[in-house]
Amino acid sequence: MKPSRFTYHAPTQIEEVLDLLWAYGDEAKILAGGQSLMPMLNFRLLAPAHLIDINRVKALNQYSLSDSGLTISALVRHRDLELSPEVELAYPILHEGLTNIAHVQIRNRGTICGSLAHADSAAELPSVMIALDGQMNVCSKSSRRTVPAGEFFRFHLTSDLDSTELLESVFIPAMKRNSVGAFDEVTRRKGDFALVGAAVVGTWSEQGTIEDCRIVCSGVAPTPLRLLEAEELISGTDLSEEVLVAVQQLVMESLEPTEDVHTSAQYRKKVTGVVVRRGLARLAEQRRVINV
Amino acid sequence: MTQLSEVRNREKIANLGTGMLRREDQRLLTGGGQFLDDLPFGDFYEAAILRSSYAHARILSINTEAAKSLNGVIAVFTASELGPILKDLPPKVTNPKLNYQVRLPIVQEYARYIGEPVAVVVAENRYIAEDALELIEVDYEPLESVGSTAQALEEGAPAVHIGSETNVAVHLIQQAGDPEAALKSSPHVLRETLHVARGGGHSIEARAVAARFDAPTQQLIVWDNTQAPHYVRQMLATIYGVSEDEIRLIAPADIGGGFGPKAQFYGEEVLIPWIAMELKHPVKWIEDRWENFISATMERTQTHRVEVGFDDDGRLLVLKDVFEHDQGAYCVGLQVPTITMSTLPGPYVIPNIHSELISCYTNIVPTSSLRGAGRPQAVVAMERMMDRIAEHLGLEPAEVRRRNLIQPDQFPYAVGLTFRDGSPLTYDSGNYPALLDGVLERINLAEFRAEQTEARKSGKFLGLGLAMFVEGTGIGPYEGARVRLTNTGRIMVSLAASPQGQGYETVYAQVAADAIGCDIDLVSVRHGDTSFIPYGQGTFASRITSTAGPAVWQASLQVKEDIIDAAASMLKIDSSELELRGDRVEVRNDPEKGVSLAEIASIANVGRHGMSVARNQPVAIERTSYFKPSQAAYSSGISAIIVSVDVETGKIEIVRSILGHDCGTVLNPLLVEGQVLGGHAHGIGNAIYEEAKYSKDGQPLTVSYLDYALPTAMEVPTPELFHVVSPSPLNPLGVKGSGEGGTIPLPASVANAVEDALRPFGARIREIPLTPDRVLAAIYGYRKGET
Amino acid sequence: MSEAAELDPVESKMWITVTINGSKGTYLVDQRLTLADFIRKQVELPGTHLGCEHGSCGACTIIMGDKAVRSCLLLAAQADGESIETVESLAEDGVLSPLQEAFHANHALQCGYCTSGFLMSLVARLREGPIESEAQAREALSGNICRCTGYTGMVAALMSLPAPNGQSGGVQ
Repeated sequence: MKPSRFTYHAPTQIEEVLDLLWAYGDEAKILAGGQSLMPMLNFRLLAPAHLIDINRVKALNQYSLSDSGLTISALVRHRDLELSPEVELAYPILHEGLTNIAHVQIRNRGTICGSLAHADSAAELPSVMIALDGQMNVCSKSSRRTVPAGEFFRFHLTSDLDSTELLESVFIPAMKRNSVGAFDEVTRRKGDFALVGAAVVGTWSEQGTIEDCRIVCSGVAPTPLRLLEAEELISGTDLSEEVLVAVQQLVMESLEPTEDVHTSAQYRKKVTGVVVRRGLARLAEQRRVINV
Repeated sequence: MTQLSEVRNREKIANLGTGMLRREDQRLLTGGGQFLDDLPFGDFYEAAILRSSYAHARILSINTEAAKSLNGVIAVFTASELGPILKDLPPKVTNPKLNYQVRLPIVQEYARYIGEPVAVVVAENRYIAEDALELIEVDYEPLESVGSTAQALEEGAPAVHIGSETNVAVHLIQQAGDPEAALKSSPHVLRETLHVARGGGHSIEARAVAARFDAPTQQLIVWDNTQAPHYVRQMLATIYGVSEDEIRLIAPADIGGGFGPKAQFYGEEVLIPWIAMELKHPVKWIEDRWENFISATMERTQTHRVEVGFDDDGRLLVLKDVFEHDQGAYCVGLQVPTITMSTLPGPYVIPNIHSELISCYTNIVPTSSLRGAGRPQAVVAMERMMDRIAEHLGLEPAEVRRRNLIQPDQFPYAVGLTFRDGSPLTYDSGNYPALLDGVLERINLAEFRAEQTEARKSGKFLGLGLAMFVEGTGIGPYEGARVRLTNTGRIMVSLAASPQGQGYETVYAQVAADAIGCDIDLVSVRHGDTSFIPYGQGTFASRITSTAGPAVWQASLQVKEDIIDAAASMLKIDSSELELRGDRVEVRNDPEKGVSLAEIASIANVGRHGMSVARNQPVAIERTSYFKPSQAAYSSGISAIIVSVDVETGKIEIVRSILGHDCGTVLNPLLVEGQVLGGHAHGIGNAIYEEAKYSKDGQPLTVSYLDYALPTAMEVPTPELFHVVSPSPLNPLGVKGSGEGGTIPLPASVANAVEDALRPFGARIREIPLTPDRVLAAIYGYRKGET
Repeated sequence: MSEAAELDPVESKMWITVTINGSKGTYLVDQRLTLADFIRKQVELPGTHLGCEHGSCGACTIIMGDKAVRSCLLLAAQADGESIETVESLAEDGVLSPLQEAFHANHALQCGYCTSGFLMSLVARLREGPIESEAQAREALSGNICRCTGYTGMVAALMSLPAPNGQSGGVQ
């Protein structure tokens, strides 16, 4: 389990990174935290001819929280954000998602953008990012574009990035007043990828109804899966027990989840509704806290 | 021979029975361990092994030219360059009825499992060796393959071994009484089919072999992190056609876990030393985790069809169990399924028994012993049915067990079957009611049932599961120890067996120091090197404490006698007036008068060159003792588990775990408890988390720790542990094995607990491990996934 | 055929400067050399062990900067300019640190192969603050796998550590 030969590049400027990507494209991989890439190199599941280590690009190692939202650059590590009280306060659901990722030794190196670019459909962050309506800031030597998180994940382990592009940063808009969120998952062990996970967010209106709901599931499809019907069902309700039961039933009846070595489709069909219900129940609890 | 109990009564026993802290820890805690790949080997070449990527294929050709021409590659070997060692690797335990199929160190024509060695690359380092693996072109003709015992037994199934008429490796039956008649006449009969999945050993250090031919002494030196150095040396001597003295096999002082797979003999162990000799240059091979997943032996896959007949009071009348065992592609040994056959009856009086094994070849990596070795499956079959009897009769499971237990006055108890060591299955000692009572003292059944009923009202599902077992340990044929007075006046204990964390350096110092009566600081223990002692068997089957332990004891008693006699000769006084204190032999009534151990060594061992010594003066004070047990010593135990099951997600929380264990006399409670607690964690893994999955055609699907779930500190609760002590009459220390007892009952007790929790749903647990998927499938009756 | 094999027949190398256990050195390393192999083979500190080489078992855990990380998932090249601590740094002249002593006293290790990784994870964790409950102890241990002990001794070891303000000094 030793990596194949590659040429190692350690640029210090974003421009250099983009030049290298432009030059090598398919033959290159970006090395950020390396917590998914390095295992694949060690198993020789990947053998890129060029490895572009962005860890020395200081400009990529920052995040900023403002009234409009949170911008997270490519090198910001899970642990950096996890330990930020401001980020936890502003985005409790993001904090929850982060603490569910693997173990602290992995989070010490792993990066937010790296996890997203890796596009594992059972991972926590892709669902959270869609639930929070995140924007992916993608750049290459020739272009710059912003992709809504909802359009970024194309398939399991496949994102919208082309081989010359870098996920330079992500932006998460500020949560609105009275917005609440919850992340819940079922895993075999603490720290494992989700058998089923769900990120749910919504905003409690002055009238005591939940609006602008998003329900995004991990581990049930080749990409994070938004449950639009379920969102519609709960929108405008008070998330009463009857609503929760109904949404669980709806998810169970309508979902056609994938099967893999970790669990059966039948299992996911049963449990996704449960996880969604439990997440929404926490939104209902949070309503009491914010007192609307 | 002098028994420990006699010495205990007569003299001060300073060390045995105390939880002495380990001598091994200092080096291991400071990064100074001597694990094989930590040894300063210098310029050894490194090997990597190309492994079959097909579960079943005929190899038409192999082209190694590109690999050989890669910079840094020294050589590439395939079967065609290894003719002299293309010899059978024989099964560890066999049977005349075995449908015997040759296992070679490397594929010659047919590859029969994914992971089987096909070629060996030797290079300057492992990185380059792995580069070269990718340059080897193998032309495979894929053949139909078999991915389970069920498939193996199907009509018209593909043959795992082409030319063999059947995939059955062996079909054995053992009986006691008249089981068929008893089944017909039993007032109640219950039947069930139970399946236990594959799991691995997963020692955190994988396998490793290094070898150097020492030209000046014409000796082949092999470093191998094996559990059984003398066994490996014997195998190599046989295959290479040399005498055992021409090979020195060294199991390094530190081995990173064993658990059974490292007690087996593998093709790699034949290939690497041979290649080192061929190349006239040292070579090492360090197995990586991917290789370990696909090529180290595993265990556990069995399907049991079990029937029990019993009377209205729940008393067992008959047990019939027919089970399929997955032998894998070759028979590495029949020990596992034959142990299962005889472990079934457990601690119960069962007048009629039918135990039938159908072992099958499949296109999967071979199975062999793994902590528990066939016993967890047998306990699942027996103990799951004990709970079903209780359910059927409306009795407490504990009460049904109580009514059937062998009583303390019934030992030695002949079960009526034969154990895996070839001797009659006769339990030497035990107190099974005390084990059950120990649990019932800790769990008030009436209170628990009330709590369980109350909890269900609020949607919380609690369950209690018990499982009891009897475990054959300490098997033969023998184990050896050499005890020596060194020139510096110290006692050197050399063991044949190699440890993998059990603390031999500590506990056998305790044994020797107490037998000799000297200061324990004077005793050193070393192990695992065939140059230390000529013969040995190895660490497996929880056998060392009750075989090497008595050997150390015996040899130490003899050395003590020699030391006293030597002192008597030197002091010209009768030996009865002498005693050993610290590092001196002194005259009891005149302690000023005495000789030190170093002085004794200088006279008795070093001697004066060419001079005669007094007639009664012992010389060369070293004693080698081999202890040969007459049969296995039977440990026993009980697990009680309380779970809380989330019926919406199938997740199991272990609320409480209680373990009662009886391994006879406890020499070092710290080490014994360590063994039991470690076994318990492995049992939790087997019960809930660990499963090596294969596709229908034998493709391994779980080859990383993301897919194969080993339990962490979050998953393993600390059990409440208690001991019952029933000394074994079979050895002078009264000891029995403790390495596997923590594992054995867990799959059964957890399954019983989960089924108990889910009784309102009528859920039936038939497959282990209890993944969330299986638990929900049992509740809702959906068909779980194929993979 | 892998792309790597088509590359320059000579392994690409680079110089790195690393401080390991307080001593700074400059090394010529293969670009693809993992940090774990570098520490074990080139720096000749074999106490850091490889258990899975895919970041799951934790045996290779070291401290880089002030963080516990998997050395099998880093390249030696990435350690250029960094400061690294390994298990060999914990005892002073053979005198065990309080954490090592607690492991010894509580039989928290058996084969000892995984132990280095556990120790380094815990050293980093304890620098962040004391471990005050069994739940915290288990969380702190959960990123590493031990196959021998069932974790009981390690939990006990952590619970036995002196309080940070205690008389006997506290842990690293």
